[in-house]
Amino acid sequence: MKKFIIILVVFLGIDSCNSDKEFLNVPPLNILTQETVFNDPALALSVLGDLYNRAVDFTSLKTGWLSFTDFGESFPSDGSTVSNTTWDYTAWSLYEYGYVRDLNLFIERIAISTALNPAEKSRFIAEARFLRAQYYFEMVKRMGGVPLITKSLVFPIGGDITTFQVARSKEHEVYDFIITESEDIKNSLPNDANTKSRATKAAALALQCRAALYAGSIAKYGAKTPLVSLPGDIVGIPANKSQQYYAKALSAANEIIDGKAGAYKLYNSIPNLSENFSAIFYDKTTSNKESIFVEDFKAYAGKTHMFTTNTQPFSQSEEAANSDAGRLSPSLNLVQSFEKLDNTFSPIETINSDGTPMYYSSITDVFKNRDARLAATVILPGESFKGKLVDVWAGYILSNGTVFTAANSSVLRALPGTTENVQVVGSDGPVDGLAFRTQTGFYNRKYLDPIPQSGTRGRGSDLPFIRYRYSEILLNAAEASFELGDFSKASFFINQVRSRAGFTIPITLNSDNGFNRIVNERRVEFAFEGHFLFDMKRWRIANSVWDGSKMTTTDLRSNIGIATKRNTQPFGLLPYKYFNPGNVNHGKWLFKEVLPGRVTGALNFRNGNYYSQIDPLAIIANPKLLKQPNQ
Amino acid sequence: MKNKIYFILLIFSILIVSCEKDNFTPPSSTLSGRLTYKGDSIGVEFNQVPWNLFQTGFNKKGFIADTFAPEGTYSILVFDGDYKFTIPKNQGPFLWKELTSNSRDSVNVSLRGNQILDIEVIPYYMVRKPSFSFMNGKISATFDIEKIITDVNAKSIQTVSLFVNNTRFVSSQSNQKLAQVDLSGAAITNLSNISLSLTVPNLPVAAEKYVFARLGIKITGVEDMIYSSVRKIQL
Repeated sequence: MKKFIIILVVFLGIDSCNSDKEFLNVPPLNILTQETVFNDPALALSVLGDLYNRAVDFTSLKTGWLSFTDFGESFPSDGSTVSNTTWDYTAWSLYEYGYVRDLNLFIERIAISTALNPAEKSRFIAEARFLRAQYYFEMVKRMGGVPLITKSLVFPIGGDITTFQVARSKEHEVYDFIITESEDIKNSLPNDANTKSRATKAAALALQCRAALYAGSIAKYGAKTPLVSLPGDIVGIPANKSQQYYAKALSAANEIIDGKAGAYKLYNSIPNLSENFSAIFYDKTTSNKESIFVEDFKAYAGKTHMFTTNTQPFSQSEEAANSDAGRLSPSLNLVQSFEKLDNTFSPIETINSDGTPMYYSSITDVFKNRDARLAATVILPGESFKGKLVDVWAGYILSNGTVFTAANSSVLRALPGTTENVQVVGSDGPVDGLAFRTQTGFYNRKYLDPIPQSGTRGRGSDLPFIRYRYSEILLNAAEASFELGDFSKASFFINQVRSRAGFTIPITLNSDNGFNRIVNERRVEFAFEGHFLFDMKRWRIANSVWDGSKMTTTDLRSNIGIATKRNTQPFGLLPYKYFNPGNVNHGKWLFKEVLPGRVTGALNFRNGNYYSQIDPLAIIANPKLLKQPNQ
Repeated sequence: MKNKIYFILLIFSILIVSCEKDNFTPPSSTLSGRLTYKGDSIGVEFNQVPWNLFQTGFNKKGFIADTFAPEGTYSILVFDGDYKFTIPKNQGPFLWKELTSNSRDSVNVSLRGNQILDIEVIPYYMVRKPSFSFMNGKISATFDIEKIITDVNAKSIQTVSLFVNNTRFVSSQSNQKLAQVDLSGAAITNLSNISLSLTVPNLPVAAEKYVFARLGIKITGVEDMIYSSVRKIQL
C-alpha cells in the first residue's frame, strides 16, 4: 500500500514538471475555438447547418403529424378527442431571440474571418441573413410587429439594462425588413434550381414574394377587423400600403417565373396527374424543378422523420405490431372542396333529390371527375398505396336500413340469411373511435413515403418538407395580379396551376368570383403545407370560418367554394356495402356523411387569436413591449 | 443499535424539514366582487372576459390574469398590498373609462384583509325584467332591453338569443348550449316586451327534469355578448 503511494507521488511529481506557463497554454483537444471554426469553410458550414436545422415551420415533418391536424381540415385518429372550442391566446406563439442572436453572431463572426475567401464569406452571410429574414417572417405572421434585433447585443457588467429593452417595431416595418433583406442578399446566393436545402436566389425571392403578399392582404383586409389593432401600427398595416406590397409580390414572382433565378417549372413528369402531384413531394431527383427551398432529410444518416410511420394506412403499416399508423384523417370538409373537372363545386353526392341514398357500383365512382389533386392529397376509399389496396369501408347496410358492422375487421360475423362468418368492416377502418385507422374514411397521401422501410421506426422517412415551391409563386402572382386589378393576368397564372391538376377548361377570374376562387385554390393546392391558418388570418376571415358554431350536414354540403364557409368541425364520409340479395342494388356502395363521435367541440377563432400572446414574462423583462390586442 | 441511530436521524430530519423559516405564510386576503351597472349584476360568458390585477412597487410589470365567472363575479386569494384592477381593452360588452394611451383606467385597491370590490362599468345594453316560462314543451322568455349608451359610442344590436343548456353554464359557446333561438337586431322595433321561445331539446340525461335558460345580446362590433342571469326551469 505504502509502495503505491510513493509511486503515485513520484508520478505526480514528474507530471507537474512542465512549467505552469506552458501548461496553461496547452490548446484544449475537446473545444474548437471561435477562431478555428470561422476560418475553416467546412467547420463554418457545420455551424450554419445547425442554424438551418433550427429554422421554424408551422407545420413540418420534423415536428410531426400532430402539426398537420386541426382547423377542421383533418382529424387526429390517435384516441384523442377533438373537443377544442377556443384556441388559447398562446397558441402558435413564437418569441425566441436566442436563435436570432446566434444568427447575428454567425454573421458578425464570418465577417471578421480572415481565412475564408470573399465568395464563401458572402454566401455564408447571405444564407444567415436569409434564415434571419425567414425567422422574422415566422414571428411577424404570428405576433405582428416584434423588436428588430439585427446585431448581437453585449451587456457590460453594471450597464444600463433599459438600453437593451427594444420596443416592438411596426408590423409593416418587420415586413419591410424581410423584403429589403431578401432583395439585398438574392445576388449573393447561388442561382441554381438544383440547390434545394440551402438558400438560393429563388428561395430569397419566394420569401420576399410571400411576405409582400401577406403584408398587402393585411393592409387591404385589416379594415374587416377594426378591433384587431394597436396604436402606432404595432399590429395591422395602413390600408394605403396594400397596392405597393401587391406590386412587390408580383415583381418578385415574375422574377422567378421569367427564369431569372433558375429554371423552375411545374412538376410534370408522370402522365397520371394524381401520381404526378404526389410525386412532387417524394421525388428527390433533379427532375423535380418545382420545389424551391426544402428541409431535407437523409436516411441512415441521423436525420429522418416519423411522419410516414405515424400516418401510413393501418393494414400496410410497417409498425402495425406497435399500433403506429393512420393517425391523420383528412376531413370531408377538405375533400369536397376539390372541384369537379367542369370547374363547379359540388358536395360528394350521397343522396338523390328525393332523399333516397345513391348507389354506386364501384366505391371510387363517387369521387369521379374531380380535381386530380384530390386523389394525390388523400387516399380515397378504394384507392391503393404502394400498389396495394387500402381497405376502407364501414360495414354493410341491410335492406331495412340498419348498419351491420363490427368493432374491428378481425371480428367476423355472419350476414343475415347466411352462415359463413365474414369480414364486415375494412381492415383500414373506419370504426368510430377506433384509433390508428382512419375515422373519416380518408388517409393522407401527401408526404407519405412510398419507399420500403420508410414506415418503420428504425429507418424512418427521409422525404423532404417543401417550404417554397413553384406553384405557390404562380398562385401568389395570381393573387397579387387580382388585387392589382389585372384579372386576365391573374387568370393566366391560376390556370397554369389548374391545368396541371387536370382542368381543361380555363377559368376567368373577375371581381365577383376572384377572391373565393383564389382562397379555394390555395386551400386545395397547399393542403397540409402550413399555409391554411396564415391565409385565413391575413384575409381576416378566420373569425368567420371558425365562428364557434357547430355544423350540420346541411351546413357542410352548402356554400362549397365560398371563402367564409364555416369549417368548425371535421366531418367524415363512410362507405357502406348494400346487402339485400335479390335487390337491384345488392352489392353496390352507398355513403353517409358523419361527424366522428370524438368530435365534440366547434372551433372558435377569437379576435385575440389574430396575434398570439407575447409571454407575460417577456413583458416583465421588457416593459416597452405592448400587449397584443383583445387579450 | 443501528435502528436507533436511524430513528434519531429520522426525527432530526423531520425537525429540520418543518423548520418554520422554510415556509412562507400563504396568502390570506380574498378580493372578490362582481361586474355591476348601478347595482345590477352583468352576466358574461364563461372564460371570455378577462381581468388583470397589477401590484405596483416591485419594479416589475407582471400581472395576475383571470376571467369573470358567468354571473360576472370574480374572486382571488392574495397577500395584503396595493393593487390596481383593470380589464384589458376591447374586452367585455361594456365601456369603462378609457385613457388616451393604449390602456384602460384602473381601480386602485388597497387590500388589508378580505374585501369586496364591485366593478362599476357602463354596458351597451341591459336585459331587463326577464321572465321564463315552460308550457306545452316550449320554453318562452319575455324581457325588455334597455339601451344604456346612447352617445357617439352607441352600438346597435346584432342579435338577441335565448340559450338553453342542461348545466348552469349557458352561453353561445357550442359546448354550453343544447338549443338556441335568435332574433335579429334589425327585426326589433320596440325594446320592450320582446319574446323568444323554443322547443325543449332532447336532454342528455332524460331523468333530469330541468334546464337552465339565459338571454344574450350580441352587439355589433363587440366580441363579447352581454347576458341575463341564469334561470333554472323545471320541466
